[in-house]
Amino acid sequence: MKAQPIGGRLISPVTLVLSVLVLLAVFFAAQRFLFGFGSVANINDGFPWGIWIAWDVVIGTGLACGGYALALLVYIANKGKYHPLVRPALLASAFGYTLGGISVIFDLGRYWNFWHILLPNYQQYGSVMVEVALCVAAYILVLWIEFSPVLAEKFGWKGVQAFTDKWMFLAIALGVLLPTMHQSSLGSLLIVFGYQINPLWQTLFLPLLFLISAIAMGYAVVVFEACTASAGFKRSLKDELPLIADLSKVMAWLLVAFILLRLVDILVRGEIGAMFTSGFKSFMFWVEMTLFTLPVAMLLSPSAKRDARTYFLAACSMLLAAVLYRIDAFLVGYETGPGWHYFPAVPEIMITLGIVAVEILGYIIFVRFFPVLPGHSPDRAH
Amino acid sequence: MFQDEIEALEAKLGLERRAFLKFCAALAATMGLPKGADAQIATAIASPAKRPSVIWLHFQECTGCTESLLRAEHPTIEKLILEIISLDYHESLFAAAGHQAEAARYAAMAANKGKYVLVVEGAIPVKDGGIYCKIGGKTALDILKECAADAAAIIAIGSCASWGGMPSTPPNPTGASPVNAIIKDKPVVTIPGCPPNPYNFLSTVVHFLTFGALPKIDEQGRPLFAYSRLIHENCERRAHFDAGRFAMEFGDDGHRKGYCLYKLGCKGPETYANCPSILFGDVGSGSWPVGTGHPCFGCTEKGVGFYKPIHQLADVKNVVPPASYPRIVEEQGVGATLGSAAVVAAVAGLAAGAGYKLAGNLGKDSSDKDAAE
Repeated sequence: MKAQPIGGRLISPVTLVLSVLVLLAVFFAAQRFLFGFGSVANINDGFPWGIWIAWDVVIGTGLACGGYALALLVYIANKGKYHPLVRPALLASAFGYTLGGISVIFDLGRYWNFWHILLPNYQQYGSVMVEVALCVAAYILVLWIEFSPVLAEKFGWKGVQAFTDKWMFLAIALGVLLPTMHQSSLGSLLIVFGYQINPLWQTLFLPLLFLISAIAMGYAVVVFEACTASAGFKRSLKDELPLIADLSKVMAWLLVAFILLRLVDILVRGEIGAMFTSGFKSFMFWVEMTLFTLPVAMLLSPSAKRDARTYFLAACSMLLAAVLYRIDAFLVGYETGPGWHYFPAVPEIMITLGIVAVEILGYIIFVRFFPVLPGHSPDRAH
Repeated sequence: MFQDEIEALEAKLGLERRAFLKFCAALAATMGLPKGADAQIATAIASPAKRPSVIWLHFQECTGCTESLLRAEHPTIEKLILEIISLDYHESLFAAAGHQAEAARYAAMAANKGKYVLVVEGAIPVKDGGIYCKIGGKTALDILKECAADAAAIIAIGSCASWGGMPSTPPNPTGASPVNAIIKDKPVVTIPGCPPNPYNFLSTVVHFLTFGALPKIDEQGRPLFAYSRLIHENCERRAHFDAGRFAMEFGDDGHRKGYCLYKLGCKGPETYANCPSILFGDVGSGSWPVGTGHPCFGCTEKGVGFYKPIHQLADVKNVVPPASYPRIVEEQGVGATLGSAAVVAAVAGLAAGAGYKLAGNLGKDSSDKDAAE
């Protein structure tokens, strides 16, 4: 099952559509950098964070937790059998985090000062944002180091290979530590907002809830990727299916922990009423909770079917739930005072879509050219 | 008895008791002295053990400082000052002339050795051995050193004596220097200004008289009671600055309405002085440069007055004006529009469709008995 490049044509309807999306995003990004974000985005003084933070950074890095979640399993829990899934997961993580990090620049009003964060004399160590920013920046580096054997294998860089063989354990250790820090801190960011976040989401357990859901997202995304890649590249899932089944189970138990923690926390804080009386927010809460619960039911009930479709749908439900959880916590559950509104503008959405498109496009190009996916010959001609 | 002394003073100065006590209270307030200091001052002035001898030197200057002092309009202030101090040498006010005047200086210096107050008005030229200013055949440099040697206190009055003033403006052909550049072994109190406010000088002298010591000074020798705040801080037009209302040229609408003069080059934001608090000329409110509609030109401040062009923008020392001001009506964002909602719906729909199709394909795949177990 040594990883192999899958080869094949680059130009297809999918890649063409993705390229158009990227070009559109480039157009709007140019507008944003030339005329300021007022010209493309609906973010305002009441809602300084829109989808460029909530989606591109918070959800983007959450979706990129596959590498982290697998590293926990493979290297910490010593389950070597999951190793074939590591490379694709790392690739998605590296892309997700790199683009998440870059997209912060879109959201910085004076983006030309972005490098200030890297200089100690500009840093304020009481700030959650400094922690997140530095940690994410460091993790992006670590991810590319973790991914570098793939590039070294392809291009025959013997030196890099020797170096990573010797020191990879350090990168792996950091690759487990850093996301634990910043994925929980993404939740801490909201604690700072205090009463402006609806009590359905505001809790001192936000860091833990964000961390658990990020790890669960990691497993879900690995399952999602394996299924999508198999369908998209018309590869058999035969070899990966047992691994996917086990990962799904781990994810389901994480979700049980998440749901229990969340409900008990709401109960203890005495905010049960808010689950029913907060109008649209209550509705969103229930949609979220339903989506969190569905995978548990699908995966852990004794009568559930054990096939790829179940795992795929369970992963989708989990991902949707975690995405909604973050959007709700950052945007829907956020109220800064009367009169303030936010809904992403079309150009704003197009920039975010463009970033997603770059990610998918990059993934397609990489798996075609580099030894990423576990190797077995495509079972159907294409 | 204090009461008797005041009554005696009334007779001596031809000054009403009420007016005298008001003057003492005003001096105490100018210096920011604690309650009760006005009584101490009154006692000190009314019953000087011995009137302190004052030697007043003039060098490179215009005598504006002396003029300003003489024009102090508190009741007979010049008379009061001339009665409570013994002004033993002052070229502008002397009846004597020539060697007679110089002899009076030497006599006073000898008689009050170590006890007299030296007041210096004007800068001292030091270039070419100081030949550019001579009195009675002696250079200003020598006279200053001579007089400073045995002085109990040295006060530099006016910007010229305090930091060089107008004569030191580049290219400074005579090497005009302030007193404290020459006298380094004694503290020199500086009362900069062109002219300085007479009450800052009087307050300093009276403080010395009352407490036997000079008031607290900053590193440039300026009494803190007068020079520790920027003009900008107490300016009556400050509210206009903060609100962004500026006179843009002389005589325009804003200028006539009394707006801030910052954009006409007012140096208030970088000049330390108490002009807006104690005003000039004893004629009531508005009687200081900014009050009359002219930008402050920073006469008390080294590196500002006589140095920066009058209409150059000041370097704001404390509060920098924002690049823009908050809008009166803040935009509060817009909710979902038809377009944005449609895009979100389209993306969600596409994703759902793709997911459904994909799940369908997977179903086919896994149904060829490749199920997990």
